[in-house]
Parts: sequence; C-alpha cells; structure tokens
Amino acid sequence: MTTSDTSLVVEKVGKSYGTFAALRDVSFCARRGEFLSILGPSGCGKTTLLRLIAGLESHSEGRVIIDGRDVSGAPVSKRNVGIVFQSYALFPNLSARNNIAYGLKSRGASREEIDARVDELLDLVGMRGMGRKYPAQLSGGQQQRVALARSLAVSPGLLLLDEPLSALDAKVRLLLRGEIRQLQKRLGITTVMVTHDQEEALTMADRILVIEKGRLVQDGTPHDVYDRPATPFVASFIGAMNFIPDAVKVQDGVYGLNGHHVRVGTENGSALLPPGSRVTIAIRPEDVLIGREHDSANIVPTTVSAMEYRGAQFRLSLIVHGGERSGLRLDADVAAEKVRRLQICPEMDLPVQLPLNRLRVYGAGEAHA
Amino acid sequence: MPEGGLATEASTAPAAANAHGGFWARVDGERWVKRLLIVALCLWLVVVLVLPVLQLLVKSLADDQGGFVGLAHYAKYFNSPNLFVSLRNSLVVAVLTTLLSVGLGFGYAYALARTTLFGRGLLKGIAMMPLFAPTLLNGIALIYLFGRKGLVTTGMFGLLPGVDIGIYGPVGIVIAETLYAFPQAVLILVIALKMTDARLYEAAQSLGASPLRIFFTVTLPGVRFGLMSAVFVCFILSFTDFGAPKVIGGNYSVLATDIYKQVIGQQNFSMGAVVSVVLLIPALLAFIADRLVQRRQVAAFAARSVPLVPRPNPRRDAFFLAYCWLIGGVIGIFYLTALFASLVKVWPYQLELGLWHYHFSGTGGGGYGAFWNSLRMSAHSALWGTAITFLAAYLIEKTRQLHGLRQLAYFLSLAPLALPGMVIGLAYIFFFNARGWDIAGVFVANPFNWLYATMAILVLCNIVHFFSVSFLTATTALKQMDREFETVSASMGVPFTKTLVRVTVPVCLPAILEIGMYYFVNSMATVSAVIFLYSADLPLASVAVANMDDAGDTANACAMSMLIVAANILIRLMYGASTSGIRRRSQAWLTR
Repeated sequence: MTTSDTSLVVEKVGKSYGTFAALRDVSFCARRGEFLSILGPSGCGKTTLLRLIAGLESHSEGRVIIDGRDVSGAPVSKRNVGIVFQSYALFPNLSARNNIAYGLKSRGASREEIDARVDELLDLVGMRGMGRKYPAQLSGGQQQRVALARSLAVSPGLLLLDEPLSALDAKVRLLLRGEIRQLQKRLGITTVMVTHDQEEALTMADRILVIEKGRLVQDGTPHDVYDRPATPFVASFIGAMNFIPDAVKVQDGVYGLNGHHVRVGTENGSALLPPGSRVTIAIRPEDVLIGREHDSANIVPTTVSAMEYRGAQFRLSLIVHGGERSGLRLDADVAAEKVRRLQICPEMDLPVQLPLNRLRVYGAGEAHA
Repeated sequence: MPEGGLATEASTAPAAANAHGGFWARVDGERWVKRLLIVALCLWLVVVLVLPVLQLLVKSLADDQGGFVGLAHYAKYFNSPNLFVSLRNSLVVAVLTTLLSVGLGFGYAYALARTTLFGRGLLKGIAMMPLFAPTLLNGIALIYLFGRKGLVTTGMFGLLPGVDIGIYGPVGIVIAETLYAFPQAVLILVIALKMTDARLYEAAQSLGASPLRIFFTVTLPGVRFGLMSAVFVCFILSFTDFGAPKVIGGNYSVLATDIYKQVIGQQNFSMGAVVSVVLLIPALLAFIADRLVQRRQVAAFAARSVPLVPRPNPRRDAFFLAYCWLIGGVIGIFYLTALFASLVKVWPYQLELGLWHYHFSGTGGGGYGAFWNSLRMSAHSALWGTAITFLAAYLIEKTRQLHGLRQLAYFLSLAPLALPGMVIGLAYIFFFNARGWDIAGVFVANPFNWLYATMAILVLCNIVHFFSVSFLTATTALKQMDREFETVSASMGVPFTKTLVRVTVPVCLPAILEIGMYYFVNSMATVSAVIFLYSADLPLASVAVANMDDAGDTANACAMSMLIVAANILIRLMYGASTSGIRRRSQAWLTR
C-alpha cells in the first residue's frame, strides 16, 4: 500500500549472486519521517538490502519505491538519497566545507547560496567554525558529523546510514547516537540505518527490521522485538534468552515440563499448535525472579552453580534439580543489591519463579540459533 | 524541513541535475560512457599488444611468402647447433646474474631497510644509478675498465701490474647484467624487508632465540615472497637484455643478440620470430610464477602489523657500512670511469680532458638530433603513457560495469611484464608494417600501417613496453582510496568525471608523477624495442650508442650514454623536487 504518507516501499525484493540468495522476498515500508533500523549478524544481507535501496546494487526481484516513484533499476543518482558510509568516505584533499559543498556545486546554486547552506549544515551538526579543517585533522566523531552534513546537503528524501557509528569509540558512539536521532527528528527525514549493534537499534529506531540469512524475520518496534521476539533467532540475537527445550503442550496456556505444568500467560504463534506438540519455552535472564515472594505459579527449584559479576547486577548460572529434567541450566540476571540482601552464593539452593506473562513458546520446528 | 533555500529543491533535484549538466550528468549516460571507455581500453590493448604478438607467432609458423610451414622453423632452429647454443648461453647468463644480483642485493637491501647505517639515502641513490643508463653503457664502462686497454687490464695505464679477466664474453655479460638487475633486486627486497611485523621479532626475542636463529626462522621466511619475486624479475631482465651482450658479448651469442642478427644482419624475419618465441617462453614462465608469488605475498600481509624500526647496533652497522660502500663504490667507479672516458681525448694515450667526444662530428648515429628525438619521444611517452595507464587503472579498479572485460583488461595490462623489448619491437614491425591480412579469402588493409616509421609508433611501443609496472603503481594508489568515493559522489548526483578530476587525480598525484618519471627514464634508456622501429630520419640516442659502438666510436657512444644519464638524473631530481612540494602542500590534509 502506498499513500502520500509513505516514504519508502520495499516490495518482495530478492538478490542472488549466482546460486547464493543474499536476500529473499523482503517487504516493508517506511512512513515519512520514520527511523528504521536494519539489524542482523554480519553476512545476513543487511548491507546488501541498504545498497539495493540506495541503488548501488541492482536487485534480482521485486520493487523499490521512494516517494511514490518506482526507482527499481534507477541508479543511485536518480534516487535522491543521502548516504553515510561506515568509513565516512570523506574526500581527504578537500576541507570539511568543500566536502559538504561537493554535491551542491554541480546543482547550479550560486556561491552565496552554497556558502549559506554549508554554514547552516555546519551549525546543524555542531561543527561551526570547523569548516576549514581537512578530514585528517578531525576526530572520528567530527568526521562522522561532516559526512552526515554532506549527505544532508543535497536535501535527500531518504537518508541511508551504513553502520555509521561502528568505527567510533564507545563514548563518542553514545553521544552521536542521541545527536543523530535528534537531528533526524528535527529534519523529519526518513532514515534507514544498518547496524549489527542491537543496543544501537533499540535506542535509535522507531522500528527494527531483523534480518536472518537474507530473510526479514521480524518487523516491529523496539519493544515488540525485545519483548515478543518472533523466532528463537531474534530472541537470542537481541539480548540474552534461556531456551528450555522439549516441553510438551497440554492445552493453550499450559505446558508440561519436568513433570510439572508450566503456565504461560500470552501465547504467540504457539496457539496454533495442537496439544501434544513438542515446544521450546524461552525466558530472558532478567525475567527470572528470585525467591518465593511472588505469585506461587511456575516455581522451579535450582542450585546456584556460578556467579558472574557485572557491576550493577550478577548473572547467576542455575541448575534445575528434581524430576527427569535435572541438570537443565538457566541463567538469571539479579540486581547486585538483591544478591547482597539475600546473601546468594555458589552451591546455594535457590527456588526461582518463571512469571507466566514473560514466557515465550516456540514450536519445535523453529530451530533456535 | 526546517531549512529554507535549497531544501525546496529536494524533490526536483535529479531533474535539475539533468537540466544543468546535460549529457554528463545523466547517469544512464554515465554508465554507457564507462562501458564505452572499458570497451575502448580493451580494444586498445588488443591492437597494441595482442595482435602484434599474434602476428609474431604467425610469422614464426610461416615462410617468407606467408605460406604456413608449421613448426618447420622451430625444427630448423633446434637442429642448428650455433643457434641452439644461444639458448644455453642465455640461460647460463641469466642464472648467474640472478644469483649474483639477488645475493648481493639482499645484503644491500638489508642494510637499507634494517640498519641505522649513516648515509642510507645516498647509498640507495647510488644503487639506483643503473636504472638511468642504457645497458649498453654497462658494457662500455666494462670495456674501459677491463677491456684490452682498460684501466684494470693495463694497471692504471702501467702504474700497477695489470690483470686481464677476459671481459669479452660471458664474464663481461654477467657483470654488466648484474649491474643492471641489482637495483631491481634491491628495490623489491627493501620493500619485502620493510613489510615485516615487529611483533614477530619481539616474540622470537622473548622466547630466547639467537640472532642467527631469528634470521632463519623469522627474517628469511618473512621475505621469501620478495626473494622469489626478485629472482624472477632479475631472471627475466638478464635473460632478455640486449644492450650489454651487444657491446661486450664478443663471440658469445645469446638469444637477444641472435634476434638482432637474424633480423637486421640476415633479414631472416621468420627465424627472428622463432628466436623471439624461444626468448618469450622462459620469460613468460617466470612472469606467471612471479604473479602467483605476488598474490600470496599480498594475502600474507593483509593483517594489520607493527612496522619494524631498526635500532643501532655498532658491530652490525660497521659490517654493513663496509659492505655497502664496497658495492656502492664499485657502482660509482663504473659510471665515473665512463664519465672520465667520455671526456678523455684519446684513451689511453692522451688523457687530456675535454668535450671532443660530445661534438659527435665524424661519427654516425645522429648526434644531438638523435638526443633531441629521444627527449621528445620520452616526453611523449611520459605524457601519453601516464594518461593512458592511469585511466586504464581507474577504469579497471573503480568502475563496476563489464566485470569480464575489466578482468581481461587487467590481465592484458600485466602481460607486458613478460614481453622482452626485442619481442615487442619485432612484433611491432610485423604488425604495423603489414599491408593487410588475407582473412578467409578477403583482403583487409591494415588501418594502422601509417604508424610505421613514425614517432607515434616509438611512443606506443614504449608505452606498451613499460605499461605493467606503471599500471601496478597506479592500481596500488587507487586501491588505497576509499571504495565509496565514487558511490558518495554518485548519490549526490556529481558526475564521475568531476570526482576523478577533483579528488582522485589530486590524491594520486604522487603516483602519477612517479609513473611519468618511470616512463621518461626508461624511454630514454631503452634500446631493445626501438632498435627495430626507429627510422633513418628519426634516429634515437640509445640506438646511436649501439651504432657508434658498433662502428668503433666507443668514446662517442660513451658520451651519448652520459647525456642520457644526465637527462634522466635531471628528470629524477625534478621529480624529487615536485613530490616534496606536493608532500608539503598535502601536509595540510594530514596534520592538525
């Protein structure tokens, strides 16, 4: 569906190199002003997807529509997109000013217009007064800002960011994350960012597209993707996840595990599975609750086998005991304060609770990564 | 969008670009322009390289009337003992030269790359001297040192007991070729010795390995690809060189002089073609081996490593100081002797100094006219060669169209490395002098025939002869540039030609100047290819050296060689000055 509010439509796009399918049947769209993040492990095809949108690669199947115009097959120069590369690709022999003005000069704008526009852009990215410097004289973060200003100079309808922060050190990365997001909101420019950093995607994007082996496996808000991962792959790629295999469905909302019944609050796709199906139950380590202080459902007896200190919290390695599933391992993230209060230590017996509305159920057919 | 001004142009930007930039800004046009240029490059390489070599091969299989005789010429060649012996001689010379130049060059390169020796810049300069001279001069200098009336043979004209080492023949050729191949070996080995990871040495030292053990377990394995490359390059150079054996070979025939004798002496073109093919095959094998080695070397050094910074070591440095100045001194003595001989009135009887031999009166060769022609030819070769080479490397490295054709162009661009100058020269005569070809009963006139015996064919021949090294220099420079420069420009609607002019060429300027200098210096000094191609009204300096030497006017030949060396050193100094100027200017890009 294409409305005037839709800035980008990617429709059933596929790309093959010989017999290798880099992308298969990818479809999504972006509203005007939306910030999309394409997330996936290296080699999953996410950069290929970005390059297809940019027109740097030609796609084998499907269509790309930008601002209502079918640009499939059109070269990058006809797509009105701004691109920021991982390497920034700033021209080393041109000053920051001239880098930013590079695209403007061939558009027939007057010198005054160009100068005014470049000043405006330098202000916009917080680089006022730095225009005379050459790229090699700028820090990584400053280079990134110049690259951003350069891509925005020609007023693109779509901004494409290819791992824009991965070459920066952690502090600058955090700072620029916020700045890019603010700038994007202020300009209202539709943006697609490729990243392999889940935290970057979670904090910056309106929507996250998770790519696995060339397929779009989930398209949702950061909350959707984190709290309701569509597949075990998504669950393990974004954040950590405990997988408890070989549970059996008794009925909707009730699963047999270790001789007990585990209750699950919200079913996802598993509602379709018939009773008796083998399933994998999943829970995030931070959702595993310690002690009996909560509701009495889904209590599992465990022993602490190891503790990993992580500053604000501990990650506990727990071994489930009792029943035929004795020896099952479970990770739990517990606030350091709680660990001190309960005096948790290795070899200690520790019953834990699996809250029913935090459990996810995956059919056995969905092999998890 | 909050900004005014150009923001309103956003939606109409591509249309506006079309309207302003016309043909060049239309990107579909741009794709076609690139395709067209790639096709043109391939066609050019086919015409100046593939077709002439094919013509040479055909010639070796045909009789003088053009009838196909199969391998009859080859059978004749391998059955005539005095021709066949040249192959053995060439191999002997090449193997000995390779051992000597790589062996001596390794120590020299080690001193330059791995010690804190005083005067390394000067030592490197001295070692590079032979690159500026025609190989004929190496032979001539040897005659003045070890010839019948040479300095050493007569013991400084009777001051000391003289020694005759029998310079005419294999001894002289090997010495002259070693002098010729030595700088190439040093250049390759210095790079190999510098491309070493210091951490390997630190690891070896921390494990308590002795210096000798470190040498055999770290140093040698680290430079093995460089060593192999040096071996192949020196082999090809000495196996195919014409100048030195021409002057000092005496009756010791080698393949390169055989081609000359067959073609110029006996007008036996078919046999000349056969000998060329015999010369080509070992060179081709060495070339293929070298390429295989090079590929592995690149792979071996892909990881990020810490450069090795040599530290002072008095005993080691003293040893290398003596070693280098001994070799540097010998090289210096060669060229100083030649300079001296060119200034002496009548060697060895009247040792007054003057410029008599620089008048070139009463001798053949063409005198200053020839020197001037050589300068013009070299300037043209440098200009056109640099332009074509850089554009070729750019098209192959930076465009994304026509992958297959670009691979073909890459392969063809490296092929001249395997082609000896004699082979190129002879192939060019056969190809460009042909009136036309009978193709399936239809006579096709040769559209390139007009080039024969012009300045253009000399320039073309030089461009092809020295193409590969220049091409690799350009490719290396282009590879160091971000691959996304072109994409970024395209996304902003900037035509690729503009980015080429405003970014690519300025950033690659040092490499471009280096290529220009390389073409100029080699075009001045080369004799092997052009000796078949120059015409009587276009004499050349290097050919004049050969002809004057032939006629017994050794002092004049020596003087002309000195002019060539002087011109080349001047160009080298100009190159040095301009690159340091550029470096100073481009410091602005690099320093805070």
